[in-house]
Amino acid sequence: MTQLSTIPKPRRNVELLLLLLALSVGIGANMLVGVDKEKAFDSDFWFQSSLLAVAALAFHVVLRIRAKYADPVILPLVVGLNGLGLAMIHRLDAPGDDTGNNQLRWTLIAMAVAIAVIWFLKDHRTLRRFIYISLAVSALLLILPLVPGISAGEILGARVWIRLGPMTFQPGEIAKITLAIFFAGYLSSNRDLILLAGRKIGPLQFPRFKDMGPMITAWLVSIGVLIFQRDLGSSVLFFGLFIVMIYVATSRISWVVIGVALILGGGFVASKVFSHVGLRIDGWLNAFTEEVYGRQFGGSYQIVEGLFGMASGGLVGTGLGQGRPNLVPFANSDMIIASLGEELGLIGLFAVVMMYLLLFTRGFRAALGTRDAFGKLLACGLSFAVALQCFVVIGGVTRLIPLTGLTTPFLAAGGSSLLANWIIVGLLLMISHAARGPVDTTPLPAGNEPAAESSNKPTEAVKPL
Amino acid sequence: MNQAIRNSWVAAIALFALLFGAISYVQVVGADDLKANAWNNRAILQDYCNDRGAIIVGGNPVAESVPGTEQCGFQRTYPQPELYAGLTGYFSQNYGATGLEQSMRDQLAGSSDQQFLDRVGQLFLGSQPKGASVELTVDPAIQKLAYDLIPDGQRGSIVVTNPKTGAILAMASKPSYNPNLIATQDPTAEAANYTELNKVPGINLNQNVSGPTGEMLAPGSVFKLVTTAAALNSGKYNKDSELPNPAQMPFPGIAYTLPNYAGGNCYTRNTASFAFALQQSCNTPFASIALDLGRDAIAEQATKFGFGQDVGDQLKLAYAKGNGFPDDLDAPGLAQSVIGQKDVRVTPLQIAMMTAAIANNGVQMKPSLVKTLRSPDLRVIDEPKPETLRTSTSPEIAKQITEWMASAVSQGIAGGAGVPGVQVAGKTGTAELGNGLNNSWFTGFAPANNPQVSVTIAMEGVDITTGAKLTSPNAKKIFEAVLNK
Repeated sequence: MTQLSTIPKPRRNVELLLLLLALSVGIGANMLVGVDKEKAFDSDFWFQSSLLAVAALAFHVVLRIRAKYADPVILPLVVGLNGLGLAMIHRLDAPGDDTGNNQLRWTLIAMAVAIAVIWFLKDHRTLRRFIYISLAVSALLLILPLVPGISAGEILGARVWIRLGPMTFQPGEIAKITLAIFFAGYLSSNRDLILLAGRKIGPLQFPRFKDMGPMITAWLVSIGVLIFQRDLGSSVLFFGLFIVMIYVATSRISWVVIGVALILGGGFVASKVFSHVGLRIDGWLNAFTEEVYGRQFGGSYQIVEGLFGMASGGLVGTGLGQGRPNLVPFANSDMIIASLGEELGLIGLFAVVMMYLLLFTRGFRAALGTRDAFGKLLACGLSFAVALQCFVVIGGVTRLIPLTGLTTPFLAAGGSSLLANWIIVGLLLMISHAARGPVDTTPLPAGNEPAAESSNKPTEAVKPL
Repeated sequence: MNQAIRNSWVAAIALFALLFGAISYVQVVGADDLKANAWNNRAILQDYCNDRGAIIVGGNPVAESVPGTEQCGFQRTYPQPELYAGLTGYFSQNYGATGLEQSMRDQLAGSSDQQFLDRVGQLFLGSQPKGASVELTVDPAIQKLAYDLIPDGQRGSIVVTNPKTGAILAMASKPSYNPNLIATQDPTAEAANYTELNKVPGINLNQNVSGPTGEMLAPGSVFKLVTTAAALNSGKYNKDSELPNPAQMPFPGIAYTLPNYAGGNCYTRNTASFAFALQQSCNTPFASIALDLGRDAIAEQATKFGFGQDVGDQLKLAYAKGNGFPDDLDAPGLAQSVIGQKDVRVTPLQIAMMTAAIANNGVQMKPSLVKTLRSPDLRVIDEPKPETLRTSTSPEIAKQITEWMASAVSQGIAGGAGVPGVQVAGKTGTAELGNGLNNSWFTGFAPANNPQVSVTIAMEGVDITTGAKLTSPNAKKIFEAVLNK
C-alpha cells in the first residue's frame, strides 16, 4: 500500500484552512438571507454564527488531539453543507417559526455526540466488540416506532417517528449506523466461510443457500420497514447498504445480482400490494396528469411544485432569499434540494452535489486505506449509504426516481438525521485516521474480547483477493 | 477487497452522474417547458408579491402595491375600486390579470423593454425589482361625474374623449365591482368572491372586457352618421339633397315595411333634407339611401370609421368583429342595418371613436389611456404621442355632418344636450331590443366649431322616457364640466 512507503502527514492545518472557508460559506449564506430580510447582523445572527464556528473549531481541536491523521477534507465539507442547510432553513422560516434555531440546536448536539464518539471510541476497531449488540439495538430501534406509547403514530403516512417528551425522533436514522456496524462485523468475521462454498452458474458463483442467511435477514428487515413503517426510502437504503457491504466482503458480483433481483422483485410486489408504494410510483410516472397532481394523498403536487421551483431557478438561480421556495411543501426538509436549486441555480446545486460526491469519495478513500477488513467494510458501507441516500433524495426531487421520504444528509431540517449523519462523519474520520496514520501494530487495548483475534487476520495488504 | 471498494465507488459515482443529468434536465433543458406549464403560477406570483408600479389618475393612485405580509411582500390595492375597475381591471393570484393590469403588465412589473436599463441597475444595486407607474389621461372629476350619472342598477357606459388627440378623459360603466375582492391574498376568499361577482349580470370577470365599455350593443340611430357619410362620399348626395321620407317603406314581394319613428316630427313631411332627417332621426330617408348605394358602400364607410376592427386601445377591449354587413344581406336587412339595427353591433368605444373622427375633420385618432410612464425615480420613460389611426371621411364631409349634428341639438331631438353659449353637435339613437326596451344612445361633441370633448353614452335596456333622461341631459352635464374647467 502506498501509505506504507510515504511518511504520514496529519494535514490538520489544511483542515483548519478549509474549515474557515466552509464556515465563511455557511455564515455568509446566513448573512445573505438575513440581509434580504432586513434584519442582518442582529444579535441572533452573531450568536448563531459564533456557535457554529466555535463548535466546528472545537471539533477541529478534538481531531488534532485524538485523530490527527484524519482526512482533512471531510470535516470542512460537512460543516459547509450543514452551514448551508442552516442558512436555507433559516431563510425558509416564516415569521414565528423556529425551525432554524432548532436545527442549530440539533447541529450542536450532533457535533457534540460525534466529538464524544471520536473522544471515547479512540479506535473504530473497538466497535467489533458490539456486533451483536448492534444487531439487537438495530432491531430495537426499528421496532420502537411501532410500539404503542412510544410511537408518534403515523406522520405523513409513515410510522418512523417516536416521541421523546416534547420532541419526535426517527430511530431508523441511527439504525442505519448500527446495522452497518453489524454487517461489517459479521461479514468481516464470516467472510471466508461465505466465500468458500458455492455453486457456479455460468460466469457467476452463487452462494450456498445457508450462507444467504444474512442476505435474507437484511431483505426481511427492508421489507419489514417497508410494510410496517411504510418507509420506502429507508427500506431501499438498508438493503442497498447491505448489498454493497456483502459485495465488498466477498468481491462476488453474484451477490449484487441476487440483491438487485430481490429488491426489484420485492419492490414490484410491494407496488402492487401496498397502496403507499403504488401511489409513490404513480405519482412519479404520471406526475403531470390532472388526477395525480390534484390527489390529496400520494399525489404529485409536491414534486411538480419542486420541479417548477428548480426550473425557475435555472442556471444561476434567483439568489438566496429572492425565490419562492416556500411554495413547495416541505421546502426545508424533504424538498430542500429544490429550494437550493431554485435559489442557487444549477451552478449552486451542482456545487452542493459535488460536495456530497467529495464527501463519500473521501469515505471510500478511507476504506481503501485502512488495513482492517472491519474498518474497510464499515467505511465503505457508510460512505455508500451517504451516496445512496443523496441519490434517492435528489433523484426523487428531480423526478429521476419515485420520491421517497428520505432526508438530505446535513441539509434537511430534522434532528435525527443530523445526529445520525454526524455520527457517520465521526466514524469515517476515525477510520480515515487509521488509514492515513502510521501503521499501528499494537493490539487492541484490553484485548479481552473473543473477536480480538480476528483483527490480526491477514487482509489484502498481504493477500490481495 | 479493495477492487470491490473501488467498484462500489464507481457505482456511487455513476448514481451521481445520473443526478447531475437529472438536475441539468430540470433546471436548464426542460426548464422552459416547466415554466410554461399551466399549473405553474410562479410567473404571476413573481410579480404578484413584487412592488408593482401604480396606476395614477390626477396624481392619486387608483391601483398600487402596498407592503404585504412576510410571505408575499406586496399587496395590490385599489383605493377607488368600483370607480376605476373598468380601467384598472384586477391582478389576481389565481385568475390572472385584466384591464390595464394585464395590458400594461410588463411596464407595471418593470420588465418591459423600455425598462431594460433600470433592471440592469437593480441587478447591480441588488435592490428589489420595482415597476414603472402608469399615469392615465383620465380626468378624475369627469370620471367620477360620468360614473355617478349612470344610476345604480342601470347597465350603461359613458366614454369621454378628446377627439383631437384620442386621449380618454373618462370611461365609466356599471355594474362595476371591487377588484380588491379578487386581488386578495387569501385564496379561499378570492375564489368565493370571484364566483359571487361572476353571478352579477353585466360583470364578466373572465374576459378582458371592462364591463359594458367592451360590450357589443346595437347602436340604433347613431349609426345613421355612417350612412350619411357614405351618402356624401358617394357623390350622389350633397347637403341640399332631398330624400324620400315615407311614413312606411315597403319592400317589393314581402309584407315587411320599415316605419319611421312615430313619436317625432318625421310624419310631417314626405321628403326630407339631410338636416331634417338627422334632426328628427327619420328612418326611411336613410333606408332609401342604403338601397340606392348598396351594401358595399355602407360597409366600406363603416370600416373606415373603424367598425369591425381593433380599436387599438391600451385596455385591449373586445370589439365587434365584422361591420354588421354580411355579403348576403337582403334589401330589408340592409335597410334595417343602416339605421343601426339587425346585426350591427358596436361597443360604446367604437361609437365614441366614430364621433371623434367626425369632430376631428374626419381623422380618427388612436384612443389613448396612458399619459406617461414613469420609472420608480419619477423619470419619464415613455410619453405616448397622439397617433392617427385612419382617415374616416374627408374634412368637408366631416364639417357637413358636424353642422347637421349641431342642428340636431339646436333644433332636433338631441336638444337635451345643448349647453348655453356653446354649439354642441350630437346624435341620439334608440335601438329596439324587441321586448319594449331599448338601448338608448347619445354621441356628440362640443364646441362644434373647435371640438374639445366628445361624449358617448349608452344605456342598456331602458324604456323611451328613461333613455331620453339618461342620455342627452347627462351629455350636457359632462360637456359643461369639461368645458368649464
